[in-house]
Amino acid sequence: MNLFLDVNRILQHPREGPVVTAYIEINPELCKDCQLCISVCPNQLISPSDQLNPKGYRPVQFVEKQAKKEERKCKGCCLCAVSCPEIAIEVYRG
Amino acid sequence: MRGNHTVAEAAVRAGCRYYFGYPITPQNETPEYMAERLFKVEGGVFIQAESEIAAINMVIGASMAGARVMTSSSSPGISLKQEGISFLSALELPAVIVNMSRGSPGLGNIAPAQSDYFQATRGGGHGDYRNIVFGPSSGQELANLTFEGFDLADKYRIPVMLLGDGMLGQMMEPVEFPPEISVKKLPHKEWVLSGAKGRPSRILRSLFLDPIEEEEHNWKLMRKYEKIAREETRWESFQCDDAKMIVVAFGIGARIAKGAIKRVREEGLRVGLIRPISLWPFPSKSIKELSKKVKHFFVFELNMGQMVEDVKLALEGSGEVHFYGRPGGIIPPPMELARVISSQYYQRKLR
Amino acid sequence: MKKVFTRPRSLKQTPFHYCPGCGHSLLHRLIGEVIDEMDLREKIIGVPPAGCAVLAYNYLDIDMGEAAHGRAAALATGLKRALPDRLIFTYQGDGDIAAIGTAETIHAAARGEKITTIFVNNAVYGMTGGQMAPTTVLGQSTTTSPGGRKEQRDGYPIKLSEMLALAQGSAYIERTALNSPSNVLKTKKAIAKAFRIQLDGVGFSLVEVLSPCPTNWRMSPVESWKWIGEVMTTSFPLGVLKDVGDKRDAD
Repeated sequence: MNLFLDVNRILQHPREGPVVTAYIEINPELCKDCQLCISVCPNQLISPSDQLNPKGYRPVQFVEKQAKKEERKCKGCCLCAVSCPEIAIEVYRG
Repeated sequence: MRGNHTVAEAAVRAGCRYYFGYPITPQNETPEYMAERLFKVEGGVFIQAESEIAAINMVIGASMAGARVMTSSSSPGISLKQEGISFLSALELPAVIVNMSRGSPGLGNIAPAQSDYFQATRGGGHGDYRNIVFGPSSGQELANLTFEGFDLADKYRIPVMLLGDGMLGQMMEPVEFPPEISVKKLPHKEWVLSGAKGRPSRILRSLFLDPIEEEEHNWKLMRKYEKIAREETRWESFQCDDAKMIVVAFGIGARIAKGAIKRVREEGLRVGLIRPISLWPFPSKSIKELSKKVKHFFVFELNMGQMVEDVKLALEGSGEVHFYGRPGGIIPPPMELARVISSQYYQRKLR
Repeated sequence: MKKVFTRPRSLKQTPFHYCPGCGHSLLHRLIGEVIDEMDLREKIIGVPPAGCAVLAYNYLDIDMGEAAHGRAAALATGLKRALPDRLIFTYQGDGDIAAIGTAETIHAAARGEKITTIFVNNAVYGMTGGQMAPTTVLGQSTTTSPGGRKEQRDGYPIKLSEMLALAQGSAYIERTALNSPSNVLKTKKAIAKAFRIQLDGVGFSLVEVLSPCPTNWRMSPVESWKWIGEVMTTSFPLGVLKDVGDKRDAD
């Protein structure tokens, strides 16, 4: 995969590019609630939660179900995963 | 051959192809010789580093890669290397370090001295570690012990220090070198860093944050040191069989002492010499053995009293020890030492 | 659907011990990705620093050899001279490289040692609790520059990359930052280029990475990203400082 090219293209033209379906998985055990992913997601698809993980952090959550009502969808841009220090986010795209 | 050249030539013949050093008198001839020699030999690497600290750390790097590597310096420069030497010991890395001691402390002078004995044998750097320390007393011993030093360093994964002095470094003596070792025939090392090809990744570290791990690491080092103490202790015994007083001296001090002993023997005084060749491990047992027959010991060093402590520790109270020392680069002739020895001999009514 | 983003193989599964938002976590991942993509795992040897990343070997699944504080450039020199066909890199913080290790770093660059240095600049001594570092900027408060760094009292920050660009043996020096996805990816590209410079035998290469330390800056991770962009880059401008492959020098 040439992640660099894909993400670079999306950064330059956030609204262009092919229509994709995508989703992310956030590993709650790795998340340290730094919220960098929240700050970079162009569609505000991640939000804080009040769950607790074994390390005492409150891991963030992927909120696409709620967002679907407003037609905000994950495009698999990977900005969140690129920004996540803990590699807690895996991205699926098809 | 000049002593400083001898250590360099012996190293190259022992398969050493890496030398990192820094100019400091009285050992400058060693890096100079190495520059000439290593640039001409296949795979030879010489770097005049930016400091003795940089040099010892380059030694660590090359040793991690499995190379036979050497550095040399003189007293203040060896002080700078102490952290690196502690790391070499903790990481269990082989290396040969040559110290041509000079007048100290501080900047001191460039004349010969033996005042780095504590620094060499008591660690010098931080932590519980020992290095093999040799005190050569001739050009031939410089050659032999440097050559062997590489083998012992590899065998035990330990730094080996050659504690010379400015006089040994400058003296020119005839030397015969052991047969040269081919670099290709050096024993393979299982533990080196080389890129994780076909094997799991490997770490060489001395950080053990868990105290239990750190304790076990220290015990592991101690077990190694005990083995070395059992098998690698060396000394020379000179005219001790009928002696009533034993002189203990090492390195250049022992050369002077032998001259002094020959003189006093002519006067009928029964004096012998124990010359430790390995300063660590120190030949404590042989001194203790001697103390069953002989009660009078005379320690001579070119310093203010360092090896004398090891002699006293070895005796465990079963002998009288007199110390005579000249620090700062003063080299007393054998005649002077002979006078002091005989004066002690008479004072103790050994006649 | 295909998984398009996951942990690089050259990173062990161990969760990072670093603070939330720490630059080390991002940087370790980027290095892991570059090692995977350039197929370097079997020929690379890393030298970790004294600092928070002293345990880098718990994460990067490569050969690594520990160095004393500041001496990584000298140790890497020894390694590279003994193993000239391997890729040797050091990973050093600002105290390691620009305080105690300045001499070793400058001389390795001056000698043109074919090693790569990754210089993690977070403007503080992180592991020891946030003391002033050689790259602490004027006005920045730390535990040993209370009230903010003052020129008269505490001296000026050091711009080591600019100094190293002057060394004739240095081949590629770039300063990047970890404060946006775009900059994160630029950092990765710079690391890959620095490794390429070494593999091609050109000379000394270094990437200085402005890196967040939310804990010692007393900020949230999101705020620390902002601080890098708004404050750090005025003292430490981003960009290529030297590239001998390129006819032009730094902008």
